[in-house]
Amino acid sequence: MHYFSEILPSLISGTGMTLSIFFWTIIVSVPLGILVGLGMKTRFKPLTWLIDIYVWLMRGTPLLLQLIFVFYGLPIIGIVFQRYDAALFAFILNYTAYFAEIFRGGLQAIPVGQYESARVLRLTRWQTLRKIVIPQVVKIVLPSIGNEVINLVKDSSLVYVIGLGDLLRAGNVAMARDVTIAPMLLVGIIYLLLTAVCTLILHRLEKHYSAWR
Amino acid sequence: MLELKGITKKFGGKTILDDVNLTVEDGKILTIVGPSGAGKTTLLRCISGLAEVDSGEFILDGQTFDPATNRDNDSVIGVVFQDYQLFPNLTVLQNVTLAPTMVLKQATSDAKKEAKRLLDQLNLGDKADLYPYELSGGQKQRVAIVRALAMHPKLLCYDEPTSALDPDLRREVQQIIVKLRDEGITQIVVTHDIPFAEAIADQMMRVEPKD
Repeated sequence: MHYFSEILPSLISGTGMTLSIFFWTIIVSVPLGILVGLGMKTRFKPLTWLIDIYVWLMRGTPLLLQLIFVFYGLPIIGIVFQRYDAALFAFILNYTAYFAEIFRGGLQAIPVGQYESARVLRLTRWQTLRKIVIPQVVKIVLPSIGNEVINLVKDSSLVYVIGLGDLLRAGNVAMARDVTIAPMLLVGIIYLLLTAVCTLILHRLEKHYSAWR
Repeated sequence: MLELKGITKKFGGKTILDDVNLTVEDGKILTIVGPSGAGKTTLLRCISGLAEVDSGEFILDGQTFDPATNRDNDSVIGVVFQDYQLFPNLTVLQNVTLAPTMVLKQATSDAKKEAKRLLDQLNLGDKADLYPYELSGGQKQRVAIVRALAMHPKLLCYDEPTSALDPDLRREVQQIIVKLRDEGITQIVVTHDIPFAEAIADQMMRVEPKD
């Protein structure tokens, strides 16, 4: 017990980094994902091709590789990121692609009649999206988004590869120093707590959206 | 008064509407009848601006207009869809007040007052806070009618209003349409239900499938 309280501060500071990557990725890539998802549905072909290639790249290669590429690869062509910025950049790019695919699926599930019904009421395209389409899409995609959110909590541990001090790295350091697996046990418990909170919030959200069908 | 002159509409190489001419007097009911595939719904979609015509003219109160592009004037054409297309994420009241507040820029309190008056009128007064999934088919249809009426349309169109209704509800929608006529609302009803069409029509128009 004494040992746990000794290593806890460093693990908590690592958790701070994990959460910071987590929140910024969610805050930026969910709205971006909606925009890119809408972009997939436009009739302007060059844009949809561009998005298809982007999504293919992001989903077709490991996130770990993307992290390495952004931090170690881009400087070769003169684009230099700080460690933290590199991590955020790679995570946002990667998760936006996944969210975009999910939102595209959700958008396709909205019947044409909803758009027509809004149109004869003379709602603008933006009003239709905001008041009618997006709320319905959000309800549809919530379970899939939930999966990605849980994944993101755990994926954030990949930032160790570019030398950021997140939760897993803090545990790793303690494990190597003290030659015991105990820190990893605590690391596992903290991840479980984080994902439990996410699960709880997602359930709340789903319940909120279950008021209508 | 709405006039259609020489309305022609093609899909691919197939002519669906061929030189359709019709006139609807203010405060009258025009029914458009004919078998499936005759282009009734297409005609309604052209009138309500959901489909563009290939040629022909629409004249409303002496003014030429294009329903497919003309979305900013006051000459609204309301539509009650066959499957109603209420917004499932909004309550009955919100379904009705959405467009009046966002498009006509009515104050929320005014829009609500007007919506409640219309809902009461169609016996939906106690349904204002329900979501569409909690309503029966007939109730959904009445909400769709109220939603269209709240935009003060010059013309109200119905696509197959009786197709999903049992005989009692059929009589009910018939009474509603006739009552709205008595209040001076011009209506176009597309239906394949001839007895229903005959019961409500001031004018009837038959369309036949083109070869």
